[in-house]
Amino acid sequence: MSILVIAEHNNVELKDATRNVVAAAQAIGAEVDVLVAGFSCSDVAEAAAKLTGVRNIILAESKAYEHQLAENISALLLEVAKDYSHILAASSTMGKNLLPRVAAALDVAQISDIISVESPDTFKRPIYAGNAIATVQSAEPVNVITVRTTAFDAVSTTGAAQIIKVFNDIDCGLSAFVSDQLVESERPELGSANIVVSGGRGMGSGENFSILESLADKMGAAVGASRAAVDSGFVPNDMQVGQTGKIVAPDLYIAAGISGAIQHLAGMKDSKYIVAINNDPEAPIFQVADFGLVADLFEAIPELEAAV
Amino acid sequence: MKVLVSVKRVVDYNVKVRVNADNSGVDLSNAKMSMNPFCEIAVEEAIRLKEKGIANEVVVVSVGPKAAQDTLRTALALGADRGILVETEEQVESLGVAKVLQKVVQEEQPGLVILGKQAIDSDNNQTGQMLAALTGMGQGTFASEVLVDGESVAVTREIDGGLQTVSLKLPAIVTTDLRLNEPRYASLPNIMKAKKKPLETKTPESLGVDVKPRVKVLKVEAPEARKAGVQVNSVAELVGKLKAEAGVI
Repeated sequence: MSILVIAEHNNVELKDATRNVVAAAQAIGAEVDVLVAGFSCSDVAEAAAKLTGVRNIILAESKAYEHQLAENISALLLEVAKDYSHILAASSTMGKNLLPRVAAALDVAQISDIISVESPDTFKRPIYAGNAIATVQSAEPVNVITVRTTAFDAVSTTGAAQIIKVFNDIDCGLSAFVSDQLVESERPELGSANIVVSGGRGMGSGENFSILESLADKMGAAVGASRAAVDSGFVPNDMQVGQTGKIVAPDLYIAAGISGAIQHLAGMKDSKYIVAINNDPEAPIFQVADFGLVADLFEAIPELEAAV
Repeated sequence: MKVLVSVKRVVDYNVKVRVNADNSGVDLSNAKMSMNPFCEIAVEEAIRLKEKGIANEVVVVSVGPKAAQDTLRTALALGADRGILVETEEQVESLGVAKVLQKVVQEEQPGLVILGKQAIDSDNNQTGQMLAALTGMGQGTFASEVLVDGESVAVTREIDGGLQTVSLKLPAIVTTDLRLNEPRYASLPNIMKAKKKPLETKTPESLGVDVKPRVKVLKVEAPEARKAGVQVNSVAELVGKLKAEAGVI
């Protein structure tokens, strides 16, 4: 039994999510390799080689893999992943885009978004927006799995894996990269921040999110939002915390003006401490909050900023 | 160009589901069922392509029980031209649905296939990508903008950290994200008209697809409940507790 983890990176940096996926892989078995597919990404391979307990790094560098196009990377995987019993990636937009294409090409089912490893073929995963947890068992020859990274503690970086280069260069010609519009931010990434400050419909407008941003900057926090705030057009979708957005589990989650719809709770209920600030004492968010404050957020948030 | 849209009948997103006492699944008896929200966005996008004169026919397909007819009729009322129900009582997994859709794609030869990125019951987020693999087409997942231009389609995708635009050779597969569009409501006259639109029924067997599940569900449990905490009366009290009790700031 050997496990291949697909590294998450931007050709420059290895993303933290990879460390959590390696942890999930090690809960399945000991022989864990990491695939770094990209372009001019040897620094990423070096970083991956330091992940504790990893056996080999497989490095595939080509223009065709630079932007993680699923068409090309899945073709690469069909070549390099033949001998693995498990293929794992983060349940990020990269992993979700890529792995089902690989699974279908291998004619196997995929298991999405696992939160625990019960045995090498049995896993737990949330369904119905986290309202139920299913324990599922696969009988497939290859287990293709995406991992909810917040459910696994990251491995440390004391390793020294060997880097093996593969010379493979498949461009299917089905898709081409046009452009990226990435949000440049000094704040930590939503998925890995220790503190997250989120706003909901109660924020009233996109402009009003500035008070959350200001608080976030003071606390070194990331800024998130509920689906209601995204649907209302206040903020972009990549800020969405919830079953249809990002799943976060920071040490401290501050929910401002968020009612606590079930789909939002599914995205943050594993946070260590939850603070809810809402002017509606009946808001369901208070049922999951460790500390609830019934108050006007436009007064409470600046006051909080001054106090921390 | 013909656009094929797949739709799934799921528990309505406002329903809070409960796990069965015997942990075999969730209790959906008497639950309100609706079209999966991401599928509504897919239908809307196809209809807009038709309104712009880019698509000339919108075909909707659903894989599911007889009652999924209602979901197809909803799509027809929104403006789709005809429906195909691939009827089965089996709980079809994503790979099975993708295989059924592959056969429908072979028969219908659409220029574009639009699916929701994820169904809100199984939360798999797989079918579109799997269909793309099986048909050998390019995939534009989690779309927030779809621009068809002759032989290709530019799809702007919602990715972690922002947006990515890719260009796909047609025919291609697109899966929808939340901000792609805001679905319309069906008008009463259109609901009446939809009853007369053609709706064909097939089965996985008639298409030669084996949809038996590959993954066994051993048990379904309610998630661990989070205990409600305490009410604080002021920001000062809140900060005090965060410092002293939680130690997180």
